Formats: sequence, structure tokens, C-alpha cells
Amino acid sequence: MRIPCPYCGVRGLDEFAYLGDATLIRPDPAAPGAEAAFHDYVYLRDNPAGLHRELWQHASGCQSWLVVTRDTRTHAIGRVEVARDVAAARGSGAE
Amino acid sequence: MSTDRYSIFSVLREALRGHTGWKPAWREPEPKAEYDIVIVGGGGHGLATAHYLARVHGITNVAVVEKGWIGGGNVGRNTTIVRSNYLLPGNTPFYEHSMKLWEELEQDLNYNAMVSQRGVVNLFHSDGQRDAYARRGNAMRLHGVDAELLDVPELKRILPMLDFDNARFPIKGALRQRRGGTVRHDAVAWGYARAADGRGVDIIQNCEVTGFRIEAGRILGVETTRGFIGAKKVGLACAGNSSRVAAMAGLRLPIESHALQAFVSEGIKPFIDTVCTFGAGHFYISQSDKGGLVFGGDIDGYNSYAQRGNLPTIEDVAEGGMALMPAIGRVKLLRHWGGIMDMSMDGSPIIDRTPVAGLYLNAGWCYGGFKATPASGWCFAHLLATDAPHEVAAAYRLDRFATGRLIDEKGVGAQPNLH
Repeated sequence: MRIPCPYCGVRGLDEFAYLGDATLIRPDPAAPGAEAAFHDYVYLRDNPAGLHRELWQHASGCQSWLVVTRDTRTHAIGRVEVARDVAAARGSGAE
Repeated sequence: MSTDRYSIFSVLREALRGHTGWKPAWREPEPKAEYDIVIVGGGGHGLATAHYLARVHGITNVAVVEKGWIGGGNVGRNTTIVRSNYLLPGNTPFYEHSMKLWEELEQDLNYNAMVSQRGVVNLFHSDGQRDAYARRGNAMRLHGVDAELLDVPELKRILPMLDFDNARFPIKGALRQRRGGTVRHDAVAWGYARAADGRGVDIIQNCEVTGFRIEAGRILGVETTRGFIGAKKVGLACAGNSSRVAAMAGLRLPIESHALQAFVSEGIKPFIDTVCTFGAGHFYISQSDKGGLVFGGDIDGYNSYAQRGNLPTIEDVAEGGMALMPAIGRVKLLRHWGGIMDMSMDGSPIIDRTPVAGLYLNAGWCYGGFKATPASGWCFAHLLATDAPHEVAAAYRLDRFATGRLIDEKGVGAQPNLH
């Protein structure tokens, strides 16, 4: 598996560290029902067989956090985005 | 006359009549319209559940539905190690129950599963790790499980090929469980299947579950590629596919699926006669009766349903092996393969009811499911038959993540790719 880092180009898997599902959003601890929301956020996963948006860090490279869309059935890498851009788009309501 | 029971006499009788009396070890029945219990997943755990439902609870109107063929999943993809060297109260009695069932398995099933109690030796490499293993051994002994702390001279006697004076990871001793060892993994699936079939359980292969029929919060049966099969109760034992199957019933599980690779070398002369684990990395090894070195290491560490892994993990496993026993450096790798692990969020399994009435879950075995096969089947059968958890599996609740009663043997928190 090789991941095309937007800054460094295509690099081997051993340069990257994996965090997991990138679609999880940390709940607001002050909101009602926060306890249940945090349980879901910390423990529950969709765990799809197919396309999965996930967080990787180019830990042994430029150290950027990336949102990689990957097929969990084939390990084929699709779109790679910079996590900061994804978060900014989400913050602006674009996503 | 056909031969039903395997024994030295049946072998001799069949030898004298040209092996014409053997019959298939299990039938290939068409699914009935309805069963008392349908088990989804014909791996080790599902088949063991069916066997103990029939033998212990007398419930034989049972089907095991399997999307592929039995023994084609993780039960045929592991490194065959069995042990009960667990530390935490929720785990120790369960895995010891499993160990005891392994010890009587072949007589129970009338099937040679090659149960070999050759011992499991967990090496330690520092004073701190010695203390941790001594504590683990003491916890085991308090639960009536055998454990002994080995010093270096004793280790040199039983494992002379280890690199004791490795500059980075010197070997200081080991924790040994003599009753641990290996079991022929395929034979476990086949033995349970044959025994369950013999008591009337239908094993239905090439039958994939495509949905559940649920009305007013109660399960009515499963939709499959071979039509609807009604069921009063349904038990899920789907290992790496647990999340996918449970999602069809509207459940979201505390599980991620990850790839774990395993390896076997070319056959060599007798080299290592116990199971040995490296304490400074993740590497475990034993030798099969054919002579191949069977070994493995960590999961690859990212979500996967691919049943194959990547090269960095292979390199990591090989480095662990070379740090531990440099003598294997020129042995050629014969095969390697991957399985899909249902990694739970605390590293411990789930055997419990679900919010859907009549639907039960057996999942979250991480990369340690094989050793648990008999007790998993025993306890899941108990749950399905009595609707109450078995006493040694009472801690394996689905809601423990919400209530804070986690069973985190490794102590790393909610991170499935670290367990």
C-alpha cells in the first residue's frame, strides 16, 4: 500500500501512522445527551466493507494529517485530502 | 454398513475392505423453513456453539449458515496456539474453561484435533517485565491455572536456539504455561461440524445472510441467498464480518475489522518443541508436525476486509524473529496469509443479547479467537439456550463500554488497532 501525500508525493505505508475513521466528530460536552454521544464517538464504528474515509499521519515524512479515502476490501487508495482543509470546509458548512 | 465412529478398529476394518465404508463427515442438507436457533457463521465459534447446544442443552433443531465453506475463515487462518495465561478477573476463568474443554475435546468429538500441550513460553527481557509476568503468573495460579516462572538456565535447556545475549533485548527469563500448546485448527472446525451434524444440526454452506426479518423488535428469521429461514432465535458468530452482519439488524458495534497476517516456513527438522513468544516485540512461533515454522506478529493496523496484509508488517515480524532466534534467518518462507479480526475497543470479546429480542451476539475476539473456540461455543450455547449469560462469560457484555466496565487486558484504552 502506498499513499500519495499531497506534499511529498507517493510514499510507502511504513512512513504513515493510522488513526481511524475520519468521519467521527467530537461531540459538544455541554450539549444535552453528551454522555451517550461520547460513548458513540469513542466506542462505536461504522466499520464499512468498502470505501472508508480515514485519518493517516505522514509521521515519518512531513507529519501532515491526511484524510484518505480507501477501499477496505481491496486496499485501493482513492482521494487524499489534507485534514486541515477537510476540517476548514466542515467548519464553513461546505461539507 | 458405513463407519460412523472413528477408532483404531474402524481404521483397521476400513483398511481391510478398501476404505469403502467411510462416509462424509457431515451432510449437505437443504435449509428447512424454520429452526429453533439459527447460527450465522460456520467458523470455529459457530460450529462449537451448535455442538454444545446439541450435546449440553439437547437443542438439535439448529442450523449453522455459512456464506462460504466451513473452516474457510479465521479458524483456518490462525497460528493454532491455545493458552489461558490471562490476568484480568473477567478473562482468566473464561480462558481456563476453554483450556479444560480443549483437554477433553478429542474424546468429546471423537475426532483427532491433534491437541498438543507442548507449553507456551512468554519471554521477558527486563526486570520490569519480569515483575509484570510474575504478577500475571500469580493471578493465574490464584485462579487454579498452571504457571511457572523460568530462569535463564532452565530456558537455555528448553530453548537453546534463543539469542540470550542480544544487546538490545537480552532474555531474562520466561513465564511458562505447560498446559498451553497448539491444536490442529482445521480439525477443530471439522470435528465440531461432524459432531454437531451427528446430533441433527444442519450445516448449510454457501448460504450468505443478506438481511434479518424483524417485527416489533423481535427476530423472526434470516434472509439468505438460499431464501428465508425462520428462527425463534438467531446467534451471530461472524468474526471479522460482525459489523457488516449486525448492521443489517440496525446495530452499530464497538468493533473495527483489521487484517492479521500469519506465516509458515518450509519444513525443517525438529527445531522448537514449544510455543515461544518474544516479549520485546510482537512475535510468536511454534513448529508444525510437518516441520514448518508457524509464526505471526501484530495486526497490520488499519481497517481491512481484504484477508491479506502489507509488507511493512511482514518486515516487522521477520525482524522480531531474527532478534529472537537468528538461526531461522536462512529458512525460506513457504506461505503467508491474512485473516480479518473483529477488533473490539477494549481488546476483549462480547457474548451477549442485543437490543433486538431473540438476536444474540458473539464477536470482538480480536486476534485471540482461536484459543477461545470451545468456551466461546459453550458460553454462547448457554446464552442461546437459557437466555442468561454463562458465569465465566458474564463480563463480556455489549453495554460495558457505556457502563465503564471495560476488560482492557493490555491497558491501552479505546484503540482497536493497538489491541
